[in-house]
Amino acid sequence: MQHLMEICYLIGSFGFIIGLKLMGQPDSARKGNLVAAFGMGMAVFGTLFLDKTGFAVIPNFGYIISAILLGTVVGTLMAKRVQMTAMPEMVSIFNGMGGLAAALISIIEWQEIAHHPEIEMPLGHYIPIIAGLIIGTISFVGSIIAWGKLNGKIGDFRFAGQQYINAFILLVIIVAAYFNFTHIADGGSLWFYITMAVAIIYGLLFVFPIGGADMPVVISLLNSFTGVAAACGGFLYSNNVMLMGGVLVGSAGTILTVVMCKAMNRSLMNVLIGMAGSNSSGSGAAVSGSAREVQATDVAIMMKYASKVIIVPGYGLAVAQAQHVCHELENILAEEGIDVKYAIHPVAGRMPGHMNVLLAESNVEYDKLIEMEHINSEFPTTDVVLVVGANDVVNPAAKTDPTSPIYGMPILDVEQAKQIVVLKRSMKSGYAGIENALFFDPKCGMLFGDAKDSLQKLVNEVKSL
Amino acid sequence: METIFEFIGSNITYIYLIGLMVFVGIELISHVPSVLHTPLMSGANAIHGVVLIGAIIVLGKSETTDYFSIVVGFIGVFVGTLNVIGGFVVTDRMLEMFKKKPKGGKS
Repeated sequence: MQHLMEICYLIGSFGFIIGLKLMGQPDSARKGNLVAAFGMGMAVFGTLFLDKTGFAVIPNFGYIISAILLGTVVGTLMAKRVQMTAMPEMVSIFNGMGGLAAALISIIEWQEIAHHPEIEMPLGHYIPIIAGLIIGTISFVGSIIAWGKLNGKIGDFRFAGQQYINAFILLVIIVAAYFNFTHIADGGSLWFYITMAVAIIYGLLFVFPIGGADMPVVISLLNSFTGVAAACGGFLYSNNVMLMGGVLVGSAGTILTVVMCKAMNRSLMNVLIGMAGSNSSGSGAAVSGSAREVQATDVAIMMKYASKVIIVPGYGLAVAQAQHVCHELENILAEEGIDVKYAIHPVAGRMPGHMNVLLAESNVEYDKLIEMEHINSEFPTTDVVLVVGANDVVNPAAKTDPTSPIYGMPILDVEQAKQIVVLKRSMKSGYAGIENALFFDPKCGMLFGDAKDSLQKLVNEVKSL
Repeated sequence: METIFEFIGSNITYIYLIGLMVFVGIELISHVPSVLHTPLMSGANAIHGVVLIGAIIVLGKSETTDYFSIVVGFIGVFVGTLNVIGGFVVTDRMLEMFKKKPKGGKS
């Protein structure tokens, strides 16, 4: 039976690789997810029913099956009920659960060790256990904090010299883990739980100071952490599918993090030591002048007589659930013969691709969503740019003001268009916490209000013209 | 030093495996359009739910009278399943949005 299980693991591992590969192309992405899910199903099935020890005959089988059933029901409900706009939070929560599972495995394994202090513990066996605990704990705590930050329950919290303290805490974790190893023969779990407690503190301090704008990077990084934690378990049990799946996610997650960092002009190192978003270089030059407020009627006329309109969606669109009415406006304008496109900044919203998912939900054509590199050359020939709830990604300070914290970040060059209209709830600054000179540009008008209401007004006005 | 060599020697297959998987992961992700980053992150998130297997193993080998291990293991299997099922379902919901529209064409 052992061989059958290994074959299941083989199918599972290949399922993960092929699944990830297919997920890399829009056409086959959904199939890829199903392939990966099938691989997971095979791996779990093999573990449950085909092990040579025959789990089916031992009493704990009942607990295992009920935990799986319970998890399936709760997981499906959570995933089905969540709003499209809250997806990043959901991913963060599920990631935290994986980290927690890894940490719990290590706790049980440690109990075994602590109960038998007389058995000599090889370092090769100890390292995966303690690494699974540390990484899993950091991933769990960090993901919960990231979840709280994304839905606004937890604010930013930072103090001077935090990066040094974080580095110090990381050192403390390693020292505590080493002490734990040297004290195995004495019995007791004091150092084990100290290690865990310090890892919890690190998880908190790791994510607390990072601003919401960097949350995608953090979640992606924690995602790869959990992958490594899973790989530790694979090493511990000589379990190939865990090892391969874990390492695969660990490396894929890391490279995804690097790609995101590049898009946001942050170095991964700064994120790692908790400096990201700390605005250490000051808040940039103050912007003076007054913003011009416009009414929906004016904007409607402006757009109706335009020949080319570009919509720049941002987080405000997601929060207001305005994707459907946005598509409606696009359709009405298109019927008037106006060329309408969407300019998608790589980090608009809370995660890369967030806007694409959201707009695709309201049936916006895939080829109308233009990525930043391709749309930037079109702004000078655009009559009206409609910025819907985006802020930092259209802030010209990223190009002009070296003191600005977002200096160097690639942005959408909306200021080159003939007219700009910004739909925004208030003059409040975006996630980077800085003023946006764009709003004071004479070409720019502000249409205040909830994105959904404002777009609805625009739809009505354009229709009635 | 001797122990390090011994460690490497006795785990050489796994070290090969880890090295190769790192490259596979990097290769798979580096050429992906940014529109797919969120679903991909979510999909990868579901895949590391494979940690569930570890939780099953550890709960499966716990003594039936060891209530601590059983309770902790039960929670482990539960949250591991949440990660797997939730991850795949959320990813599927995201990717559902990318499916080709049957009608409409270019407007």
